[in-house]
Amino acid sequence: MLKVTKYVIYDIVRNRVLIAYTLFLLLIATSLFNMEEDPSKAIISLMSIVMIMVPLISIVFATTYFFNSYEFIELLVAQPLKRSTILLGEYIGVALSLSFAFLAGIGIPILLFDATATGFVLILSGTLLTLVFISLAFLSSVITRDKAKGIGTSLMLWFYFSIIYDALILMLLFTFSDYPLEQAMIPIASLNPIDLGRIVIMLKLDISALMGYTGALFKNFFGNAMGIFYTCGIMFIWIIVPLLCSIKVFNGKNL
Amino acid sequence: MIEVKALTKNFGKLRVLKGVNISFHKGEVVSVIGPNGSGKTTLIKSILGMVIPDSGEILLDGKSINGQWKYRSKIGYMPQIGRYPDNMKIGQVFSMMRDLRTDATAPDESVLNSYKLPSLFDKTMRTLSGGTRQKVSAALAFLFNPDILILDEPTAGLDPLASEILKQHILEAKSQGKCILITSHIMSEVDELADRIVYMMDGEVAFDKTIKQIKEETGEERLGRAIANLMKTEHHA
Repeated sequence: MLKVTKYVIYDIVRNRVLIAYTLFLLLIATSLFNMEEDPSKAIISLMSIVMIMVPLISIVFATTYFFNSYEFIELLVAQPLKRSTILLGEYIGVALSLSFAFLAGIGIPILLFDATATGFVLILSGTLLTLVFISLAFLSSVITRDKAKGIGTSLMLWFYFSIIYDALILMLLFTFSDYPLEQAMIPIASLNPIDLGRIVIMLKLDISALMGYTGALFKNFFGNAMGIFYTCGIMFIWIIVPLLCSIKVFNGKNL
Repeated sequence: MIEVKALTKNFGKLRVLKGVNISFHKGEVVSVIGPNGSGKTTLIKSILGMVIPDSGEILLDGKSINGQWKYRSKIGYMPQIGRYPDNMKIGQVFSMMRDLRTDATAPDESVLNSYKLPSLFDKTMRTLSGGTRQKVSAALAFLFNPDILILDEPTAGLDPLASEILKQHILEAKSQGKCILITSHIMSEVDELADRIVYMMDGEVAFDKTIKQIKEETGEERLGRAIANLMKTEHHA
């Protein structure tokens, strides 16, 4: 498995898109920290960008990479290697490369300018989101046959988690505004990894007071160490479940 | 050595294999022939586990290959169209395969050397001609000294000299007691190499006979014409 990973990483490090992504994150992060007097304000702007860009780049890059390495996968499938070994090897390779890009691009500036708990939570949730969206990318790659459909499915997933899901929640809140929905918001937020990532960072920023009763409830639930554990646990499920599904689909796939 | 029993495979509504029964033995070259789209490549890919059959089973040395992967160390496969990572060099592809195959015994570099591939090790896969790619595929299929060789249209795209070299290697492998499975459209080549012909038609085995049998039955010396005759009689029967 790690041998497959070795060749994946060997291939990805020469990828221009990955280098551009790292430099882009680095540029955004350093310029935000330099423009804002207050580093915590810079963190908020950075969070907004990270929550949009990181899932998008992760899912599109991983899907494209999967289809571009189809020849490599075909070559390996005819060898005495387990299919799950091949897919997991690919996953670990892509995951390590993209996490490294994120840590270099966002992690280093945060450590330099705002090495606070908030900064660490941003690094943590950004890394977890990277892994979640690579998992989703692998799932959409194995259930589709060609690159165009694969990338289309990936973009739809990203669009759903970034925009449609929030719109649905707003609709739900307005429709049932007469009922106490605050309690239900915790499971509802857990169904979207991006929301979950955003909430834990927001709570560290002490602006949850602006979010009303739901905010107070979130603060109660997510604001302590248990909340971080809970978030990591849910994110972990978001990584594992799509990955296991994609292994199952890949095991029965005709190449 | 390989036994295929009642194998079926559908791709959507298309029934590619409709209950195929064949067996392949040691020290024998079997040629699977038939029109385009008759299911030859699907059969081969099923044996390799690249295509998962819908029903039926494939036994290798008496053991079902369903869900297995270790058995593939016994098979050397040369695909119809060899596709390799574009930005790798020939040398890197070979060293990678060697690195990945921890099970491998001493490599057999005879094909690699007869094609003088080591002198091309610095060339990137992207820049290779179709024929050179075929040479790489052939060298990889023979590299780990497998008991079974599966060659999907091995000489298509090779120049006459390279085809001749490959044929010599195939005959040598046969004399070593290997089980060899070839698909081909070139009848003269089949005549030269094969002991037995499996003719596939619309996902079924139309006939499975030795070359000697075919020639005797039809009274034709040329294999191409003999097969054509046999097809006619099969259709009338």
